[in-house]
Parts: sequence; C-alpha cells; structure tokens
Amino acid sequence: MSGWRHPDLGAEIDRSKPLRFTFDGQTIEGFEGDTLASALLASGHRILGRSFKYHRPRGLWGMGADEPNAVFDVRHKGIHWPNARATLTYAQDGMRVASVNAWPNARRDLFGVMDFAQRFLPAGFYYKTFMRLPWRFYEPLIRRMAGLGRVDPDFAPAADSVQVAAACEVLVIGAGPAGLAAARSAAETGRVVWLVEDARHLGGALRRRGGEIEGTPWRDLASQTQKTVKRAGGRVLTDTTLWGAFDHGTFAAWQRGPHHRHWRIRAERCILAAGGIERPLWFANNDLPGILSAEAALHHLHAHGAVPGKKILLATATDNSYPVAKALVDAGADVTLIDSRNDTPGLEGVTHMAGARIEAALGRHGVTGATVSGKHFDCDTILCAGGTTPTVHIWCQAGGKLDWDEDRDMLVPRPGTAPMTVVGAARGTLDLATALQEGKGAGAGGDPAGDTFPASDPATPFRPDTSLPGRQWVDLQNDVTLKDVGLAAREGFTSVEHLKRYTTLGMATDQGRTSNFGGLAAMATLTNRTIPETGTTTYRPPFQPVPLSAIAGPARGALYHPLKRLALEASHRAAGARFREYGGWLRPAVYGVGDEATLAQQEALAARKTVGVYDASPLGKLDVIGPDAAKLLDFAGYIRMSTLKPGRARYGFMLSETGIVYDDGVVLRLSDTHFVVSASSSHVDGVRGRLEDARQDRIGRGQVFVHDVTQGFVTLTVTGPKARAVCGAAGIALPDLAHMGVAEIAYKGGKMRVARVSFTGDMSYELSVPTELADTLRADLDRALTGAEGRWIGLEAVMILRAEKGFIVIGKDTDGQTMPQDLSWGGPRTKRADEYLGKRSLFTPAAIQDTRRQLVGLRVPEGGSVIETGAHLIPNHGPRRSLGFVTSSYFSPNLGRPVALALLENGHAKIGAEVRLFNDGLIRVAEVTPPCAFDPKGERLNG
Amino acid sequence: MQHFPCPFCGPRDETEFHFAVEAGHARPEPAAAVSDAAWSSYLYENASPKGSAREVWLHLTCGEYFIMTRDTVSREVTGSEALPGHAP
Ligand SMILES: [Zn+2]
Repeated sequence: MSGWRHPDLGAEIDRSKPLRFTFDGQTIEGFEGDTLASALLASGHRILGRSFKYHRPRGLWGMGADEPNAVFDVRHKGIHWPNARATLTYAQDGMRVASVNAWPNARRDLFGVMDFAQRFLPAGFYYKTFMRLPWRFYEPLIRRMAGLGRVDPDFAPAADSVQVAAACEVLVIGAGPAGLAAARSAAETGRVVWLVEDARHLGGALRRRGGEIEGTPWRDLASQTQKTVKRAGGRVLTDTTLWGAFDHGTFAAWQRGPHHRHWRIRAERCILAAGGIERPLWFANNDLPGILSAEAALHHLHAHGAVPGKKILLATATDNSYPVAKALVDAGADVTLIDSRNDTPGLEGVTHMAGARIEAALGRHGVTGATVSGKHFDCDTILCAGGTTPTVHIWCQAGGKLDWDEDRDMLVPRPGTAPMTVVGAARGTLDLATALQEGKGAGAGGDPAGDTFPASDPATPFRPDTSLPGRQWVDLQNDVTLKDVGLAAREGFTSVEHLKRYTTLGMATDQGRTSNFGGLAAMATLTNRTIPETGTTTYRPPFQPVPLSAIAGPARGALYHPLKRLALEASHRAAGARFREYGGWLRPAVYGVGDEATLAQQEALAARKTVGVYDASPLGKLDVIGPDAAKLLDFAGYIRMSTLKPGRARYGFMLSETGIVYDDGVVLRLSDTHFVVSASSSHVDGVRGRLEDARQDRIGRGQVFVHDVTQGFVTLTVTGPKARAVCGAAGIALPDLAHMGVAEIAYKGGKMRVARVSFTGDMSYELSVPTELADTLRADLDRALTGAEGRWIGLEAVMILRAEKGFIVIGKDTDGQTMPQDLSWGGPRTKRADEYLGKRSLFTPAAIQDTRRQLVGLRVPEGGSVIETGAHLIPNHGPRRSLGFVTSSYFSPNLGRPVALALLENGHAKIGAEVRLFNDGLIRVAEVTPPCAFDPKGERLNG
Repeated sequence: MQHFPCPFCGPRDETEFHFAVEAGHARPEPAAAVSDAAWSSYLYENASPKGSAREVWLHLTCGEYFIMTRDTVSREVTGSEALPGHAP
C-alpha cells in the first residue's frame, strides 16, 4: 500500500462523480475519468496480476498500450473484455475487474510456486520438454497455468459496430504537440484533415508535461486545432486507435464508444505523430510491483492525481526526467534522483546522486528498497527513465525502414521509405519547440525528413548488463529474462526473429513495446554486434489489439455470407419446406414434419410414382445473343452448339484450359442468334466470366453479348409419369415437345419457356416464367398437384433421383482432375477438329494415362447398407492404396437398395469387377457398375 | 486496400477485381501442332516479375477484362488499358 491520491491534482478526473468497482472482489473507489490503472494506483493496490510463466507478482508499469502487466478480465453490463489493459480501460461504476493468470487471485496466487521452479523453466523449455509425450497430455495443465485472460464461450458480443468508409486529404495520426501543430496548420491551408488520437483527450505528452505554447496554455492549442480542423471540414476522432496502414493510402481505425465504430480511411497524405515510449531499465528484480515508467508516473499524477509512492527513487540519464522529479516533490513525495551521468547539477528539494546506478530492487511483493551503486537504499517506488523509443509501428507497416541513430540512441524512420511524413517524437524529436515546428511545417505541406536535428548532447545509453547478479527481466509480459536471451544466443537463435519465437519476447498484447529494445540491445551485446547488425522484428497490424467484433461489424451470422434467396421462399415455407444452403442458395431440402431422411425418401418415391415439383430457379440462365453466339459457345464449350437446331436443347460441358471439367449443363437454342446456357446454380458467375473472357479476348465484342438473367426468372420443374397431366391441370397449354425440345408459350399475359429437360430421368418439364408470374405459376401447380397425388419435393429428393440415374454434380462427383473422357464423354475429344477451351490439355501424357480416375457406379451385395460418401476404393490384393473414392451415395427408394457413384482408377475397365471399400478402418466390398442404376434404357423419359 | 483503375469505370476498391492472367501469353494453336512442353509453358510458366508487371484483371462489377501495369513490390499502379482492339 504505497500509492495515494493527491488532494488537488488530476486534470482529467471529475471529483464530483465518484465511482466504485471491484478488483478481485475488493471494492475500489475512483472518480469519473480514472482509468482502472489510475484508480488502482491511487487506492494503493500494487499487485495487479501474476506473470505469464513464473507467476511472479506484477504491478502497473505504464500509461497506455505499452502496459505489459496490468491486463484484466473486465465485465460490465453484460459485456466481457477478456484481456483489457488497465491503462486503456476507463473505470465505470459497477465494473467487475479480475486479474488474469492468477488463481485464486493476484495477491494470493497458488501457482507462485512456479517462481521457485524457475531454473527448470528456461527459454525453449516447452519446446524441449514436451516433445517426449504427446502435447495433449500436457496441454490442459499448461493452458490453465499460462496464457492471459480466458474467452467466455457464452458471451457473444453484439454485432453492432458500424463500418464506415471515409476519405480525407490529410490524416494526422496522434494528437500530441507535433500532431496538433500539423493538423492545425494543414487545416489552416484549407485541407480536409482527420486527426486521430488513441487517448480520450488531446495533447499527448502535453497532458503530463503541461506548459505554454506560443505564450498561451497548451490546452488552447488543442481546442484551437479542434476548431480549425472542424471548420475546414475535417474531423477529430479521440478514443480511436489507428491500428493499420495498408496499400494505396488506406488506414484502419477503431473508435471506442457506446457502439464501436470501425473506420476505413483513405488519405491523400499522412502525417505520423505517434510519439514515443519510455524504455525500462535493467537491474535485478526489475519486475517488482512499484517499479514504473517515470513518464507514466508523471502522467498518472497530472491526469488523475494518482501518485505511486511516498519515497521515490528515479533512475535516469537525461534532463527530461528532472521535471518529473520536480513535479513529484511538489506533489509531496520524497524523491531521490539517480543520474547515471557525472557532473549533473542538482535540483532543489530533490536528493541527487550523480554517476550512480541502480543494481537491484529489493522486496518480495513490492519494492521496499534498492541497491544503488552497492549501497542499500530505502524506498517504496522506483521510477525508470531508460530513454525513448519512437513509436514507428505505422511507419513500418507502410513499408518504412529504420535507421540506427547512434547519437540519440534510437531507431528512427529512414526518410523516403514509406509514403508518410513523420514528425515529433516518432522521428526522435524530443524537444517541444522542434516538435511543434516540425508539425507546423508538415501540415503546410513540407517534410522535415531532410532536416538535421538540433544539436544535443549524445544520450548516455542504458544497456542490459549481464555481469549484474540476479534475475533481470527483459520482457515483463512474457516473463523473459536476460538469462533467457543469453541462452537463445548460446543456442544459436541470434536473429531477432528467432529470439522472438524461441523466448516469446515481444509477443502478446503489448507487442514488445517495452521489451523489444532491451532484447535487441542484449542480443547485440551478447553477440558482439551493433544494433543495426542485430536487426529489428517486423511490425504488422494491428498496432494494438482490436476486438474482432469491431472489424467484423455486422458481417456475422446470417449476414456473414448472405445467401441468395428464392422468390418463392415464403410460399415454400408456408408449404412446410425446410431450408438449407446449396451452393450459395437457400433452398428447400425437404417438405413436411419429421425425420429429414425419411421425408426425402418419401418425396423421391412419390416423384417417380406420380409427380413431383421442385424449385429449380437457381439454375443459371445466361442469355448468349448475337450472330456470333454459336461461335462463342463452340469455343467456350466442349460440346458443339452451332449444330444445335433452334427449339432444341443439348447437354454440354465447359472445361478449363487445363482440360478439367468446370461446369456442366444444358444449352437451349431459342433461335439462330439466341442461346440460353443453364449453368449449374453455384457456377453462374464463373461461367459468365469465362464466356466474357472468350468474347472479349477472342470472338470479339461486336457480334455477341452475354447477359445473366438468372434472377429475373423463376423455374419450377415438374417431373414424373404424371408431369404432363399436372401441367395440363394447371392450365398450361404444353406445346408438343420431344425430349430436349424447347418452346415459348403464352402464359397469363406473359411468356413461359418450357423445356423438356430431365435431371431425374423421368419425363420432366422445366417451366420458366418472369418473376412477377411466379406466385401464379406456383399456385396453379399446387392445385394441380393435389389432384394428381403429387407433391413438392426438396433438393434432397432431387439428389437421390439424379444419383439413381448416375447424373453428376460438378465438384461433388468430379474433382480437380476430372476430364470429360473420365465421365464417358470422350466423343468430342476425338472428333472435334476446331479449337475449343481446354482442348490441348485433353491430349497430354497425364490425360491419356490408364490410371485416370473414372466415374463408375457401385452396387453393394444384397442386403448391404448405404456406403459412406468419401470412402476410399482400395485394391483387392497387394499393398493398400487409394484407387479413388465414393462421391455420392444414397439409399434408392425406387430400387430398394443403396446406390453410389465413385471416381475409380481405370474404372471403366473394371465394370463388373469387385472392389474393396475402406472407411474408418472397416473394409467392405462392392461391385463396379455403370453410373446409371435406374432405368438404364431411358424409357421413362417419355412418361 | 488498393485502388485499381478500370479503364471503363475509373478507380475502384480492389475487392471489385479478380486477377485473371499474366498478360502477353499468346494461346498456342492449333492444338495438334502444339507440343506438350509449349502447352504446359502456356498454362503454367509465368515471369512473375519482382517490380513492374503487366497483368490481365477482371473488373467484376462491369465484367470487363483489361490490362493493368503495376509494381509488385511497391504496389504502385502505372497503367490501365482496355484489351487490344477495344477502346473504352
Ligand atoms: Zn469497370
């Protein structure tokens, strides 16, 4: 208990609005404007979590996305955040907050014993140890002990985040001094500026460092900028994380609020003013609660009036820390400043130690003292100012490279390597006046990239020192010590990318903001390389964790991949249809109540006994119109269509140039210059694309057009011995059509296309009417069906009927190697002399080898059960290998036995032979047959 | 997200486009006169340059194929034209 609340300070909290939340069951008091971090800090709570691997007590370190320790499980008003950073989560009255990674809670963690086992848990421990037994043996135990928060499987976040696409002329990322100056000056030139700030308040470092700008308080710059930006038509987004830079000036941002908003911003120009992050220091036990970033301490003091301790040690090597010490002394704390530099002047009211360094922190559950240059020192808090790392994530995401700046001891953006302008601390400018000047210049259209930095004393760099005794942490979030980095170096994992994977350094929610530099610097020291020689890891989006619900927006559930719907869906539902997806369409599977498989059997039986009607509307209807229509279809198809007579239909295939069957379907010729291609329902777009390809790149645009009119028509297919009778009873004046005949007739003031095409093997009429006549046609057929003892049938029954006939479904009964000759359609291959799509591929060595998998039927021995779809066919003798697999398999109610289709190696030559089937360890036998099992002579086509 | 310029519709989001094929590969014909090697080269051998590439793309929303020149490293689009013999 050492943190406390200052009686007056805290510009961002509202003391008239107190609030309460619980942390691990204990009530914590705070004010509106407090983050969970500041409220806990002010309440004196130190242990906020347990470390990832060793379950060591951990406390608050930072003030933003850099926070490695204070990661919580937060529940409030039915919402659950499994890994909320305390520094980024505003406290709300009634919140329930729990530490993660600890059991039963952070203060009394029973896994703390892991810390005593630390010497058995070096880097790579998991990789080395768990190779011996299967992972599943260890997983439950390890999952329980390690990892951060848990996802609540019962919690489904609302799909209410709004997705907005926006554009601006100038995007300014970060509203610190440089960003504010940039946004203001860009807006002053009339540009539409978007200023995006991660925090709730504008100001960045000004929020903690305060001061005057151009002679007025800094808040004037913030409010003026806001006004100027808005006046010029721009926007200021706070509480918004700009999380990704993508191609061609696209940026993604996540805005928090009652409803999340996800922005996709396209910017003509981008100014990056993302600031910098303070580095930690390396000494023994540098992970104890009570050790904080000095800048974070200053931030919590000025923003929230939260002070981390009473007796504070501040370790630094830069003048920047002197105002921090002064502010803490003014607030009433006892501060000792340890400056690693010699000859630094003291500060009034501050105990000063020049040329000293901190070697160890003392204490068990929190800081109680320190060893400074070999001497014991009493304190309750240690603040670290290890230098600044520019926040270059967005720069690097956009392809930017980094340069090592020896003088300033930091990696800075290399000018000209990414399409954005970097200003302020993000490019290493820590001096306020220069940052403002850079921002102003960039906003007006300039780029400070060429500017040299104002002369400053070379930084005195802190580096991890392997000669210090004790455990020094490099990565707090992943529990990586300096020793682990040493082990990685000894075992050859010297590349930073390897170091990261081997030790997990730099992973998880903080993405190594406080640890990457230390790991890199340590590896450089251990391997006697410079920092640029050691390299940096890759920066990838997101900049910090973004809820998937914000990115997904409303595109979830039924809206994730919206299905195409039938015009007659409502009527089918009223008739008891049960719907399912078939190739992107929501279609009736069966009609009625009860077991679905049984219903499908009944429907398939009735369709052959009397008559069935099914909704075939998704069947493609591609109008191919013009004098060159036949020429186009001849080239794009495997079966010639130029020889088809008007009023007739022909079954055809479309191949890829690789010779593989891409689609099958019937082509209708309505007149010399008008064809309709009935592409498979799931292939309509693809077939249209291929037709367009041939049209635009070969046949020529002028003499033929392709139109997809699929959704303009409803097709109801009447199939079965009573098909003609039902059409008659429905008042449809059927033309005199032979099998594969097509005609257009008048129907109810419009036109109906009648095609005698059959996918069931029975006499069938495909009736297509414009959608506005759909209800009429359905009602007419419905009435007629009742009289004929027929019924509506769903797709399940249609699948049974077509499988009885050996009719294929492309992609189900064919795969990525199936050529037309494998389906017994070798005729055009040997006969056609003209060019067509895929022709040459049908004559390659692969196309003519005798091991091709060919379509066959399978018949099980009398009384055998239905074969499992997907079962492999294997040789009767010799070593077991797959000769192919079962593609479709059903019980045929009309034959009273199972039927199946399969792709079988050299199958056409094996008709009549026995083949073995392998599935899930079981072997059975079947006879190879022709694909068609029902009415092989096709006598039923004529009713 | 990238912006691609369709010669017929102007700049649009990349989600409206499909890559079709690397440009400049003439289809060898007639089939009977084409060797296995020449055909497989036509089907599968692409230059896939690092840097400037000429590619055929399909703008799904208008259905037009066109030739786009773009840098495969920087993603900069430097040209967009209709297929030969067809001006927008
Ligand atoms: Zn277009």
